Amino acid sequence: MANIVIDNIKKSFGAFQALKGVSLTIKDGEFVSLLGPSGCGKTTLLRIIAGLETSTSGDIRIGDKSVIGLPPKDRGLAMVFQNYAVFPHMTVYENVAFGLRMQKADDARVKKQVEKAAGLLHIEAYLDRYPNKLSGGQRQRVAVARALAVEPGVLLMDEPLSNLDALLRLEMRTELKTVLQEAGTTTIYVTHDQTEAMGLSDRIAVVHDGRIEQVGTPVEVYNHPATRFVGGFIGNPPMNFITMPVTNGQVAAGSQRFAVPAQGGEIVLGLRGETVERAPTGQGLDMEVRVAEPMGSHLLLTGSILGQPARVILPATETVKNGETVGLALDPKRLTWLSPESGVSYPAAA
Amino acid sequence: MSNTMSTSGHAGFISARMLLFWSGIIALCAWVLVPIYLVALGALGGRAGAYQWPKNLLPNDISLQPFILFLKTEGVFQSFLNSLGAAGITVALSIALGAPAGYALARYNFRGKDSYRLLVLLTRAFPLAILALPLTVSYIRLGLYDTVLGVGLIHTVLALPFAALVTQGIFLGVPRELEEAAWVFGCTRIQAFFKIVAPLALPGLVATAVFAFVISWNEVFAASVLTVRHRTLTAYLLTVLSESPMHYRFAGGLMLILPSVVFIFAVRRYLFAIWGVSSK
Repeated sequence: MANIVIDNIKKSFGAFQALKGVSLTIKDGEFVSLLGPSGCGKTTLLRIIAGLETSTSGDIRIGDKSVIGLPPKDRGLAMVFQNYAVFPHMTVYENVAFGLRMQKADDARVKKQVEKAAGLLHIEAYLDRYPNKLSGGQRQRVAVARALAVEPGVLLMDEPLSNLDALLRLEMRTELKTVLQEAGTTTIYVTHDQTEAMGLSDRIAVVHDGRIEQVGTPVEVYNHPATRFVGGFIGNPPMNFITMPVTNGQVAAGSQRFAVPAQGGEIVLGLRGETVERAPTGQGLDMEVRVAEPMGSHLLLTGSILGQPARVILPATETVKNGETVGLALDPKRLTWLSPESGVSYPAAA
Repeated sequence: MSNTMSTSGHAGFISARMLLFWSGIIALCAWVLVPIYLVALGALGGRAGAYQWPKNLLPNDISLQPFILFLKTEGVFQSFLNSLGAAGITVALSIALGAPAGYALARYNFRGKDSYRLLVLLTRAFPLAILALPLTVSYIRLGLYDTVLGVGLIHTVLALPFAALVTQGIFLGVPRELEEAAWVFGCTRIQAFFKIVAPLALPGLVATAVFAFVISWNEVFAASVLTVRHRTLTAYLLTVLSESPMHYRFAGGLMLILPSVVFIFAVRRYLFAIWGVSSK
């Protein structure tokens, strides 16, 4: 168990700056996801924490001890790799036992720990097998068991579910959450899948272009994205951004009035598609619906609001025809206002 | 009715495919085995057998006579041992030096990597014949002339470029993530190499060793130039056999072929493994 302090880490590959000064503090026992599109630097950051990559500058402290310059084995961590990296020439038992053997643990302790980890991940039945006889999901379990068997201070996971098929991914996600909660290990989890990050994490750090754009609980990040990028990246459909004129510190949407943190000019409304309610036209924002898709659980509308593309979700009980104009009432508590120039959101009204 | 027709037609197609498949295998085996068999026939069939035409498929009277005679010939046994020694040195040195070079080429990016790779290969483009005289002179000065070690060293020079390039491919085949996992779970770089990379690369390394062995075993020119009394088998036979009767030459030829065949047979499991075919 250990806390992690990442202090202004920078990393350049030649002229390319992969990380442009990243700082993040992770509490003991916390589960933090690094979420971002591919190429944003999240995996590089994880590999720097693991010691598999060196940083150009900055400091990383694990359990209040700087680990810069230490080889991976001396950092007190374990890692689950994207391609599992299960050793093909060892049985599942020896794979799970590998870290303990390297610590020169005695046979009794190895056996106890391997059985405990194997039990957590339900792989007791395959302990004698070689990895080539296992399915992808089973190998994934072996990789997680191998990491948990050493009872690491910090567990690093690099897109561990991305190679599994959709159904298995959902199942493993739920199971991972149970297992990791039980283990209580400080975990850093890299993913580009927002549903994984939302479902698993205590906090999410959204990484974009070598920087952390926002750190917060899943609900905070979802409801009040710090930047336009975060709002657009998280949520399905993504947040709608509608530029609106401001007069005397107010924005008018039909007959609805909202006080906004700007006096004049324009402001961008960040609108989550499912926060609206159907209303008579003219009462809130009017949406010209191009396509209405009944999804069973909800109704997905694609069209435009104030001439700007938008996607909105209504209850499945509503019926809307293609080409129809629907009125949408806004919930003032669930709106995000962003600066049109910088794309940064204004702090949520208290 | 039509159903049975199509079934038999299908079966006919399958058997035709099988026929093609097996005739292919037989042709390939014959390509390798018939010459070896003919050499063996000449060696074991005695004096009469060697000159007989057309050949019988089986030797009419098997006699190990020419073979034993050949083995008893002065210098043959010793040159056989010399060949083994030189090949042993070649295998040991080309793996010991070539594998680390291959590992570096596979795992690290450094300036001039491509030119280095080309340079390694270019050493083979330099004709050995031009080197013969200066090499002989330096060997005499160094005291390496007419020694098994000297021949082993020059054979290492011949085998090393291939060893480096082939092992590079082998190490590239071992996923980097496995090594990184080993580092994370408590291995130093050296431990990770011996615990993870080496066992997984072993089949390929053995194949490289075979290759080095065969290069050394078959090499005639350098061995002939650089030795006088401590000849390797190929160099020795070249001088002796030209003045010998036919069946005697066959016996010598068989002696040259057999060790390579036996060696490759012994390590075939590893050779198959690099092509991704399990022999189990």
